[in-house]
Amino acid sequence: MVDPVPLLIMGSGPAGLAAAQEAVRAGVGALLLDEQPTGGGQIYRALGEATGERQKTLGTDYAAGAPLLTVLSAQCLDHQPGATVWEVSPDGTVYYTRQGQARAVSAEQVILCSGAMERPMPFPGWTLPGVMTCGAAQILLKGAGVFPASGAVLAGSGPLLLLLAKQLIGARARLAAVVDTTPADNYRGALKYLPGALRTPGYLLKGLSMIRTLSASGVPWYRGASGLEAIGDDAVAGLRFKVRGRQHEVACSNLFLHQGVVPNVQLSRSLGLEHHWDGLQRCWRPILDGWGASALERIAVAGDAGGIMGARAAEAHGRLAALGALNRIGVLSETERDRRAAGARAVYRREILPRPFLDRLYRPHPDYLQPADDTIVCRCEEVTAGQIRKYVELGCLGPNQTKAFGRSGMGPCQGRVCGLTVSEIIAQARGVPLEQVGYYRIRPPIKPVTLGELATLEQPEDA
Amino acid sequence: MARPSYDVIVVGAGLHGLSCALNLAREGLKVVALDKDHPGRHASGVNAGGVRRLGRHEAELPLTMAALEIWHRIEQEVGDSCGFVACDQIKVAESGSEADTLQARLLRLRELGYDHEQWIDADELRRRVPAIAPHCVGAVLCAGDGSANPFRTVMAYRRAALSAGVEIRENCPALALSPAGSGWRVDTPQGPLDGGAVMNCAGTWGNTIARALGEPVPVTPAALMLMITERLAPFLKPVLGAAGRTLSFKQFDNGTLLIGGGHRGTAEPECNRSRVKMVGLSISAQTVGALFPQLADVRVVRSWAGLEGMMPDDIPVIGPSSRADGIYHAFGFCGHGFQLAPITGRIMADLLVRGHSGLPIEAFRIDRFAAADMAAMDTPEQRISA
Repeated sequence: MVDPVPLLIMGSGPAGLAAAQEAVRAGVGALLLDEQPTGGGQIYRALGEATGERQKTLGTDYAAGAPLLTVLSAQCLDHQPGATVWEVSPDGTVYYTRQGQARAVSAEQVILCSGAMERPMPFPGWTLPGVMTCGAAQILLKGAGVFPASGAVLAGSGPLLLLLAKQLIGARARLAAVVDTTPADNYRGALKYLPGALRTPGYLLKGLSMIRTLSASGVPWYRGASGLEAIGDDAVAGLRFKVRGRQHEVACSNLFLHQGVVPNVQLSRSLGLEHHWDGLQRCWRPILDGWGASALERIAVAGDAGGIMGARAAEAHGRLAALGALNRIGVLSETERDRRAAGARAVYRREILPRPFLDRLYRPHPDYLQPADDTIVCRCEEVTAGQIRKYVELGCLGPNQTKAFGRSGMGPCQGRVCGLTVSEIIAQARGVPLEQVGYYRIRPPIKPVTLGELATLEQPEDA
Repeated sequence: MARPSYDVIVVGAGLHGLSCALNLAREGLKVVALDKDHPGRHASGVNAGGVRRLGRHEAELPLTMAALEIWHRIEQEVGDSCGFVACDQIKVAESGSEADTLQARLLRLRELGYDHEQWIDADELRRRVPAIAPHCVGAVLCAGDGSANPFRTVMAYRRAALSAGVEIRENCPALALSPAGSGWRVDTPQGPLDGGAVMNCAGTWGNTIARALGEPVPVTPAALMLMITERLAPFLKPVLGAAGRTLSFKQFDNGTLLIGGGHRGTAEPECNRSRVKMVGLSISAQTVGALFPQLADVRVVRSWAGLEGMMPDDIPVIGPSSRADGIYHAFGFCGHGFQLAPITGRIMADLLVRGHSGLPIEAFRIDRFAAADMAAMDTPEQRISA
């Protein structure tokens, strides 16, 4: 058992790194655990190792993470990359595996910065080999500089779709098509949020720049697509879709999907924290106070894990969460906490201004919230949307009961991929609000741990 | 508003409550079964599903034998297979002294007239479980036992009870119990219910009714933990236990491994929840590692704990109240009630309808505990008044 640490930060994306910076600044020896081999999270993945050319391809927002990454070399920060956290208990004990060894460490304060994950985009054929998410494509691009030279189709909706298109075009990949599923009436719906978004115009300007790049590239760009179907026998060979009633088919060897991002709530759920349904973002978010603190006195959540806010807001939110935690362990007085928080709070408020506009604009097409009956929803156990609807007919009230009816959500991913979709399907089939349907109870370990690792777990004294 | 009137109110619609309700309804009685959550939310739905006579307490032997007969025709009983698969149950000895202990029990069973447990030597053990670690010296085998799917079993009993005419009320805790006319009134958030008799099948929470009647028992809540691994190629047919360790280990048809064994998590019955404790799961992982070293790289994908009522003498309470006419108890099954559920319902129906059960249940009476036991028991929040 490692000695208790005053502050444990899980995740080294913008929120985690900023939290670590505040801890270092306060002279507190924090433990920073991260599953990835290098710090930076998804957005600044492998930035420390990226060549000038790769940085150029990935753009200025990527390179902007460099100042945050410098905290990783701070003397009093214990940065442990390659650490997979698989359980956090309400008393602040964090269980993780690193280099094949399972460990437990107690912390006075824990800040969960587990970030976002991509919203599942279930439609016929989405489980074919060769189909992956835009986020996964970006991991390859950032981590290894790998991308398909030709024959890739990007399909879906949201800023990351356009960003990846721009990055791949910049890397001189020959894209077969970009198929945008953003429904036309989303633009009208988002209009009322535009004035708010214009108060922090950077995001919109960036969006326009992506759109210009895409328009100028000559890549076929289909807008308002629906009825997607990935085709192919052993692997994806093409994408069928409709635009204004007309059927299209584009051949492809890689299909990259995106339907926005949602908070990764597996840990906050497994802790039993209360979550509320965010109707605009169509996702669950843990209930937190202004410092990211949860109802559990040792647990805080910062960044996208607490609600989608974007990298810059997440960085500010990480600072706020760290300052709150440093106050709770008695390192900072309330006055000092508030003084240090003033700048971050202003940044946070400014950076979240465009969210309602973006959330409404990129609301998922109903096709992906309510997939057709024969579409696989739970990939691990191969349960279709139609089967979930059938369970409801048989009296199934919520996601937890679907496990008993047909094992949905019981595979190795623990419902991470299907959870939102299953809740949406049940809510609509029952005709009740999502809050009433709820979400899977998430059971530890939230990431698989081997029997051998578990057997050699170094135990906390009082466990 | 006219209040519904029932012959029997069953409190707790877990497996035992549903089995009681089903058997009572088949006697032609009008039955309502209440559950503060939904059937199978706690121990009934999340246990290891062992249909096991092996290693039973002597007092439970007649019951477990009778229950097994029903399990072998469970589809006739409730209209569904419940996922029941007959297979051997095996308890492994890892040393000579463990073998001695197991064989002493076999002798005792012979004296009592039972021969369902048999000794098998190391060669026979390896023939039946080729993957077992080489240090194991032998085992006790119980042929004709098996395992079933707990939640599927609960659902099957639920459907059978409904079609037999039982009314099931979910999210309907029993709040208070009082005499009413010749029977009893149970207050619930859905209004008061009047019944001629009350069956207390409230599991971990069974003591709330017993205490209200002035006959509390030293039942303590326990969060018994289980974990499931990823899928593996089939390598294990029997359900496996160990003489010197707490273990329940089996492979499902879908290839996943179920690892249990009585290690406890944190029970929070007053909050209606439990949490796993990694220290106990780590011990289970060590046990599996000792018996099957080749499984070290197998990934655990899920763990959980179910709330169960434990008794100091490791056997449940089954029988009429010692204080009040028309009240019957069946709770505190100590983590091994799953197999007994089909017979518990039969016993309870016989007690009510015929005044006695054909099976010996004296050992399970509620007033078997001395005052000293009662002083030592914990006192969770009292949630029901009489």
